[in-house]
Amino acid sequence: MEKKLLLGNEAVARGLYEAGVKVISSYPGTPSTEITEAASKYDEMYSEWAPNEKVAFEVAIGASFGGARSFCAMKHVGLNVAADPLYTASYIGVNGGMVCAVADDPGMHSSQNEQDSRRHAIAAKVPMLEPADSQEALDFTKIAFDLSEQFDTPFLLRLSTRISHSRSLVNISERAELPLKEYKKDVMKNVMMPAMAKKAHVKVEARNEALADWADTAAFELGVNKEEIFNTEIGIIAAGTTYNYAREAMGENASYLKLGIVNPLPKKAIIDFASKVKTLYVIEELDDIIETHCIKLGVKAIGREVFPPLGEYNQSMIASAILGTRKETVAVDCEIPPRPPVLCAGCPHRGLYYALKNLNLYVSGDIGCYTLGAQAPLAMMDTCVCMGASVSALHGYNTARGTDAAKKSIAVIGDSTFIHSGITGLIDIVYNKGMSTVIVLDNSITGMTGHQNNPLNGKTIKGDPTTAVNLEALAKSIGINRVVVVDPFDIKATREAVKAELEAEEPSLVISRRPCALLKSVTHAPALKIDADKCVGCKMCLKVGCPAISQKIFENGKTKAVIDPNQCLGCGVCIESCRLGAIGNN
Amino acid sequence: MNGINILIVGVGGQGTLLASKLMGKIFIDSGMDVKVSEVHGMSQRGGSVVTYVRAGEKVFSPVIDMGEADVIISFEALESARWLPYLKKGGTVISNTAQIDPMPVIMGNAVYPENVLGRIADAGVKVIYANALDLATQAGSAKAVNIVLLGMAAKVLGLNYDDCLNAIRATVPAKTIEVNEKAFNLGYNL
Repeated sequence: MEKKLLLGNEAVARGLYEAGVKVISSYPGTPSTEITEAASKYDEMYSEWAPNEKVAFEVAIGASFGGARSFCAMKHVGLNVAADPLYTASYIGVNGGMVCAVADDPGMHSSQNEQDSRRHAIAAKVPMLEPADSQEALDFTKIAFDLSEQFDTPFLLRLSTRISHSRSLVNISERAELPLKEYKKDVMKNVMMPAMAKKAHVKVEARNEALADWADTAAFELGVNKEEIFNTEIGIIAAGTTYNYAREAMGENASYLKLGIVNPLPKKAIIDFASKVKTLYVIEELDDIIETHCIKLGVKAIGREVFPPLGEYNQSMIASAILGTRKETVAVDCEIPPRPPVLCAGCPHRGLYYALKNLNLYVSGDIGCYTLGAQAPLAMMDTCVCMGASVSALHGYNTARGTDAAKKSIAVIGDSTFIHSGITGLIDIVYNKGMSTVIVLDNSITGMTGHQNNPLNGKTIKGDPTTAVNLEALAKSIGINRVVVVDPFDIKATREAVKAELEAEEPSLVISRRPCALLKSVTHAPALKIDADKCVGCKMCLKVGCPAISQKIFENGKTKAVIDPNQCLGCGVCIESCRLGAIGNN
Repeated sequence: MNGINILIVGVGGQGTLLASKLMGKIFIDSGMDVKVSEVHGMSQRGGSVVTYVRAGEKVFSPVIDMGEADVIISFEALESARWLPYLKKGGTVISNTAQIDPMPVIMGNAVYPENVLGRIADAGVKVIYANALDLATQAGSAKAVNIVLLGMAAKVLGLNYDDCLNAIRATVPAKTIEVNEKAFNLGYNL
């Protein structure tokens, strides 16, 4: 058997391959993205980027109806978008096995909230497995497909940043090539109207009970749940990455009940384990779901009392909470300035924001690289909620505050986010006679998640050419008369165009179009320079917020601006900021 | 806790991921269990980034907490100082001398501390440093900064020289092998 060092996400993709999966549809979202990217490298499986998570989930349901093993992946907030099909797919069940991977982000490395996806599993009454390393990510993926077919239910696979983005050793094996299951029309099973759903709900409750029994029995035989008895003074119940932290912190000075199925939870196994240990801890990041379950079982455990509901855990904080130990540390004797992420040098979003910076606009923001423009010095965002909210929330804001506000407000939304769920908000604006100005920042790629193709850039997940959505024609077809395209590196033209659209008392769509500076296909102008003889150190160019421009103290003691030639991509956005004409090619 | 804990830190976009991948491969080839924890997504856009590499007989946790790292490999001087509390007592900092101003410094709202690496040494920590960009350029590509630092770390950690070169040859694109070997040697023989 071959051993490989795989990311948790790559291991899930390998599990899909080995499980004989045929259809994969996902929307990118950190930390889940690399599952589908890695899966797309296997030609035996069809894979695609869908416009959003709801579509992805529904494509997977459809493929399951069609008799194939199917899969979709998303980040935690993506499952909110896909929640509608999830809750009813639970009632219907499957034909071919179906698994949805959902990646939580405790500590919010790249997310707008810290929600716990186990809540969705409980509410939708869908079983959920949670691996603790890459090997389990592969194994549990395969087990989930078998169980999906055995129990007639879609399965959730819960990941977290530290599982998805950690590499560990994995044993890989061959693919099981499975024939399509027969499709048989079955209205009672597959059409959810009240009469059918009432019967299906009975089935779902019984299934949940059967799965809870499975969690107490077969789950241990398969190694999905594990009991490890060492020292019985302390017992620890944990799942996923927190098991690793606990195991590292306590070694064989404690005993462990490691749960691989986190919904439904076992009952008897927990009561048994609790009876074997003197003091029982439940260690779980985010919500106290296992602890609440213990209380319901009448099992006394220490959880939230010492472990917080916020952020990521690690071995030291667990050792500190249980044993009171602390590690010695060293530090330097001065303040260390923070280093927040910034828009890259040469980023087209900077041009758009800089062009509009002095117009004193209310900016309804959205999710993507351009959210970084919320920070100083650009500070070009007033609100940001979720994917697509920029457009609909701007309509709400303008409806509340009236025409004058609408002439001083914009929505900014990326190309991929607009297709995800901005288009519906735009239709709302047109249909309900709004006059909002919406700007699509079209950089020809889904950027923040690491460059995925999308329906606007004319390329499939594999990079093959396909039909691209024509944004201008789309806007016209839903009734927007004012559609303009600007180049965000042309600061003056961009500013004038947006001002004209703000004045117009009807909806406008401005397309700010220039590809992401990090795309390999993009060529750059030579790095710019600042003429030290002309520069008076006024710092106006620093307000562009470009990481390539900084201040330097010259030998004569004067502070002037300089451009780092290793970072500058020659975009020229800073040229306009200098009234003395000090920035150029010489 | 036995085994080796390595923290690789820098500024998003500097190539810390390749360094951690190579480190992981070197330890696996020598028969150890390995976990590597990476950062993807938002912080990659010019923010402070950290990757954890852990090797040993059996590794459970993929992360390294404060006071646990044997070595910090840093691509940028300020980041060496930021992550210093993660160093174990008696550990070593291997740092590039490069200074990249973070946005609050560019804006004039914060100050980039003077003599950062000297301050780390003043705190009683062993610091090994080099201008990795100069050495990488000397080797033939400014992009080989990560391999120069890897060479420096290999020396400090006492890693087998041939294992390191084999891992590099197996990981980097064929046409860059020569440059990367040179870069590794420049760091290793510093």
